[in-house]
Amino acid sequence: MAARPLLEVRDLEAWYGESHVLHGVTLSVGEGETVTLIGRNGAGKTTTLRAIVGILRKRKGVIRLGDRDLMALAAHRVARAGLGYVPEERGIFASLNVEENLLLPPHVADGGMSVEDIYRLFPNLLERRKSPGTKLSGGEQQMLAIARILRTGARVLLLDEPTEGLAPVIVQRIGEVIRTLKSLGYTILLVEQNFRFAAKLADRFYVMEDGKVIDGFRADELSAKSEVLHAYLGV
Amino acid sequence: MTTIFGVPAAALYGQILIGLINGSFYALLSLGLAVIFGLLNVINFAHGALYMLGAFTAWLGLQYFGLNYWAALVVVPIVVGLFGIVIERLALRRISGLDPLYGLLLTFGLTLVIEGLFRYWYGSSGQPYAPPPQLTGGVNLGFMFLPIYRGWVVIASVIVCFATWYVIERTRLGAYLRAATENPALVKAFGINVPLLITLTYAGGVALAGFAGVLAAPIYQVSPLMGSNLIIVVFAVVVVGGMGSILGAIVTGYLLGVLEGLTKVFYPPASAIVIFVVMAVVLLVRPAGLFGRGD
Repeated sequence: MAARPLLEVRDLEAWYGESHVLHGVTLSVGEGETVTLIGRNGAGKTTTLRAIVGILRKRKGVIRLGDRDLMALAAHRVARAGLGYVPEERGIFASLNVEENLLLPPHVADGGMSVEDIYRLFPNLLERRKSPGTKLSGGEQQMLAIARILRTGARVLLLDEPTEGLAPVIVQRIGEVIRTLKSLGYTILLVEQNFRFAAKLADRFYVMEDGKVIDGFRADELSAKSEVLHAYLGV
Repeated sequence: MTTIFGVPAAALYGQILIGLINGSFYALLSLGLAVIFGLLNVINFAHGALYMLGAFTAWLGLQYFGLNYWAALVVVPIVVGLFGIVIERLALRRISGLDPLYGLLLTFGLTLVIEGLFRYWYGSSGQPYAPPPQLTGGVNLGFMFLPIYRGWVVIASVIVCFATWYVIERTRLGAYLRAATENPALVKAFGINVPLLITLTYAGGVALAGFAGVLAAPIYQVSPLMGSNLIIVVFAVVVVGGMGSILGAIVTGYLLGVLEGLTKVFYPPASAIVIFVVMAVVLLVRPAGLFGRGD
């Protein structure tokens, strides 16, 4: 575990209306670390990310980024603390073309990638920059969803199931992108159903069940843990 | 005398012009309604009252402060926009997220209050407002006589509609607005101040109504009920164009204005209902509206 957690979540509880969905999530991500949340459907992984970025407002507990208390911030100020969010449904806007989608999230810090860098990393997006965002293929939309937060200067990325519903070759491409980001020193909290995919990327794992983190281990413990994991994930 | 389809050409052109002028007001008003509905999910019934407020502000400005027409064109939308900010902050914000019916009822109540106050203060009869001296008189176009002020109304409304369209469809601020219309929660999560955007959008939408009110003052009498007479037709225009469609609101506004004018020439008794007939047909055939996205 890294010396100093950059993103820290403690005893996080959250509600969708009346239904209590998170029952005390505790996790931390060190600077430059890639951490993956795994668990079955409905375990609360996506909800955890939504509570961290403040889309889900009915919540309780501690969320800190560096020395900032994210719980105290209005929803539109959380990103400004240096957080980039790629939602599960990708959130590409139909009424914006690719370039407008790319330029939408405001700068939150210096040191974000330039548009040229981004087009170099994702050449497809350059070709299609005048098309409506939702006319892209699923893979391209996922690239766009990742690309647009790299521009903002956010150093902590929350990625919600970036491989969901994509063809193997695209999944591989997204794996390369995440590896590149890792090598550039980004801090990544990844939610992933595709355990094989996550296993090759993450430094650490948390297992979620019924709105709680029930276990955590490092990548080098993976083989020793494989049996327990099968039980957790039911694979 | 020249006739077209058995109708005197002068009458035909005259009615097309009147249609274009009415269409100018339909377009300006339905554009504001469409933008507001898109982002706030509020059916802004007060739009007609705010249009009336614009006309009255111009009239009051002239009576008491010597504010001339040209200054009114700039000042009045700002005043009405500021009033819109107060409405949004004090009232609409509190019902955001509720069923759109609440917004409709709230703004309907506001309409009754605003119109009631002006009726109490100034009575129901209209106040005259002279067009500016630069725009009085008319020109003979050869095929018809064009009062200069009326030509100006059409041009001014086209310019303002186009400018609004440009801001929404081609600028960064407009991209924020479009994105927030689709998915406000995510746009907020990107760090955009959506509550402020909502306030500004409402202010901008009602400022357009205020602008239309100033344009209308020299043509119609400035009267407390001038907005009520118009707003129902404007709602029909928004429905035909497609709720939340910017271009749809503009184009439909002018088209239905002209259609209404033409109906006056060819079958006058139907002119008051033709827009509603079109609305009914569109709702049956294409419920999302002519320009709606259909989802």
